[in-house]
Amino acid sequence: MTLFTRRTLMQGGTAAAAAGALTGPALLDWAKAWAQAAPWKPEKGAKLSMLRWKYFVQSEDDAFVKLIDAFSKATGVPVQISRESYEDVQPKASVAANTGTGPDLFWGLYSLPHLFPQKCVDMSDVADYLGKKYGGWVDSAVKYGKSGNKWICIPICYSGNMINYRIEASTKAGFSKFPDKTDAFLEYAKAMKKNNTPGGFALGHASGDGNGWVHWCLWTHGGNTVDAKDKVIINSPETAKALEYAKQLYAEMIPGVAAWNDASNNKAFLAGEINWTDNGISIYVAAKKDATKKQIADDMDHSYWPVGPVGKPTELHLMYPVLAMTYTKYPQACKALMAFMLEADNFNPWIEAAQGYLTHCLNAYDKNPIWTADPKNKVFGEAAKRTLTAGGLGSVGEKAATAIADFVVLDMFANYCTGREDVKGAIAIADRQLKRIYR
Amino acid sequence: MGILPRGRVSIVMADIALKSSVKAPAREITAWDRLKVDRNWLGFWFMLPAAAFLILFLAYPLGLGIWLSFTDARLGRPGEFVGLENYDFLSDDPTFWLTVFNTILYTSVASTIKFAVGLYLALLLNERLPFKAIIRAVVLIPFIVPTVLSAIAFWWLFDPQFSIISWSLLKLGLITQSINFLGDPWNARWSVIFANIWRGVPFVAITLLAGLQTVSPSLYEAAVIDGATPWQRFRHITYPLLTPIIAVVMTFSVLFTFTDFQLIWVMTRGGPVNATHLMATFSYQRAIMSGYLGEGSAIATAMIPFLLAAILVSWFGLQRRKWQQGEEND
Repeated sequence: MTLFTRRTLMQGGTAAAAAGALTGPALLDWAKAWAQAAPWKPEKGAKLSMLRWKYFVQSEDDAFVKLIDAFSKATGVPVQISRESYEDVQPKASVAANTGTGPDLFWGLYSLPHLFPQKCVDMSDVADYLGKKYGGWVDSAVKYGKSGNKWICIPICYSGNMINYRIEASTKAGFSKFPDKTDAFLEYAKAMKKNNTPGGFALGHASGDGNGWVHWCLWTHGGNTVDAKDKVIINSPETAKALEYAKQLYAEMIPGVAAWNDASNNKAFLAGEINWTDNGISIYVAAKKDATKKQIADDMDHSYWPVGPVGKPTELHLMYPVLAMTYTKYPQACKALMAFMLEADNFNPWIEAAQGYLTHCLNAYDKNPIWTADPKNKVFGEAAKRTLTAGGLGSVGEKAATAIADFVVLDMFANYCTGREDVKGAIAIADRQLKRIYR
Repeated sequence: MGILPRGRVSIVMADIALKSSVKAPAREITAWDRLKVDRNWLGFWFMLPAAAFLILFLAYPLGLGIWLSFTDARLGRPGEFVGLENYDFLSDDPTFWLTVFNTILYTSVASTIKFAVGLYLALLLNERLPFKAIIRAVVLIPFIVPTVLSAIAFWWLFDPQFSIISWSLLKLGLITQSINFLGDPWNARWSVIFANIWRGVPFVAITLLAGLQTVSPSLYEAAVIDGATPWQRFRHITYPLLTPIIAVVMTFSVLFTFTDFQLIWVMTRGGPVNATHLMATFSYQRAIMSGYLGEGSAIATAMIPFLLAAILVSWFGLQRRKWQQGEEND
């Protein structure tokens, strides 16, 4: 837990200053002017607490700390931040929603707010304000943000989950760039393994990387958990095809991926054990920062996911929505903070500091220099526009959130790839679970 | 007849004395007055704080958990009574039965080995050894280290790519590729069982050691004079006298193992493909992660019969003199 004092601001200040943003008095003046003009006036004596996912890129958190501190100084509202591993935010938020006590704001993962839509403060006015001011929301963010006609959260950003690969090993295997079709990708994986430079995707209970690749695989072969009316349609020849493809791919991966969590592939990639995987930009950022890993940073690049039989991108990137609980005593302060976070003077330096880890959902931020400063960042800038939403064709509500949280699709793939179940068995287990979730 | 027990006499006399000296307005002695001073009720009054504590923090949550298992409660919203629907769904959920299997395997293998190794260690530590006190303290270390820390250490030890075990064997030329400790279902099961044993042995060893030290040395002297072999001494003196404490230790050991959560959650999150999911971790995943409070409660409630059975076995054992004092002494 961090209580914002002058000292934490000083610590955070250095990194943000490097990002060339409004700093010190200039930022504070701007923040004060903003607070005067903003449509939301925090309640008297308001103080907020927020539980957020624990950062992956330190400079992102530094910039965040600075932003929050400017908010506190301008509005007089102290904000207490606690951080949890991103998969632990959801259980805590659920318990808080259930008991009606806890942090005022939760900044979590995917469709978290849809687990308890009736406990979220209506954010429609904030979303409209931001959308009008900053070139509109991308489609996927609208889907994540709204329950029925009202916005129940503010989609702050995505974290792109893209292919990370080593350039030299790929060239040696005969691929000058990363394959853009699924068939070619399978050939690539085979060639890479043959050269003793294999890769791998997490097949353990990895909320981000694991769910990312199995949903891509399912969707790109035309499989879906549910249709547009939330009817379960997992039991289809397309799903079977996706499973067959995954099993072939699994055979070319490094052993042990069934045990991987979200951190495993980062460790393995940075140790030079694997040469392709799916991840955010955090591997690249870590490699750039560590002088001993410079060679890896120079020799790696990122790519979109290969496209399969459906013929269009079917990616699943991590959405990070922030929500305010209805039990908060200070809803206006919550709204003010959320709007403040996404204002250009705050958001631009912040996503710059995140070094490509976070992707905006508001179109105006396409112009942020982070996406052009380094060509290896570019693909991450399009995460929000390329992503499908949790639940695929179906609604993004609590049912989709439950299916992801319960690893239904991930377990289906793991069951088949590891040989625990045959195709029919693996699909049947998922089908049964989905039918219960979507009843 | 006519002779009051002493206590009654003194109370009556005190009453009379009180009435005559204070001259208080005569008042009916209410049932409440009697309850306040009645010796039979005194015990009840003293028990009340403890009972309130137990009811509030044990019985109520337990009852609530069982009630939730009959509802379709979700996190964030109360549920409606659905009868046995949750149990019905679980009864043909292959993942649930897999967790039951995993839990029983985990508990029985780990508890048996913990008992065997613990008893062996206790017997060793009961001998005259140099630096006995230090060795006894060292044995306790796995038990002292917070479970989460030791679980993280084991997670690294068993990492598919960075395991020091694999690394050493590779360097020694004994294997050609890393051992897939946590990625293969059976390897993963044995790995988490090993971690549990490592952590649980000190508890068994130290408690049994305490039991061993209560055995009177004169019994052993007498046995030695009678020409008993070391095995006979163990079989006919140590073991029978140790049975009550074995029953208690093993009950606790089985209960702790059966309800284990931290080791699994840190090391595997129940993976690979649910091969190490225990009922406790599975219940957490369904109830808290996925928000199915009712179903999660049903899984947790399904643990109760197993736990009751473990407790009953030991309670039954503790009551029997045969267990406590050897076969013949029924």
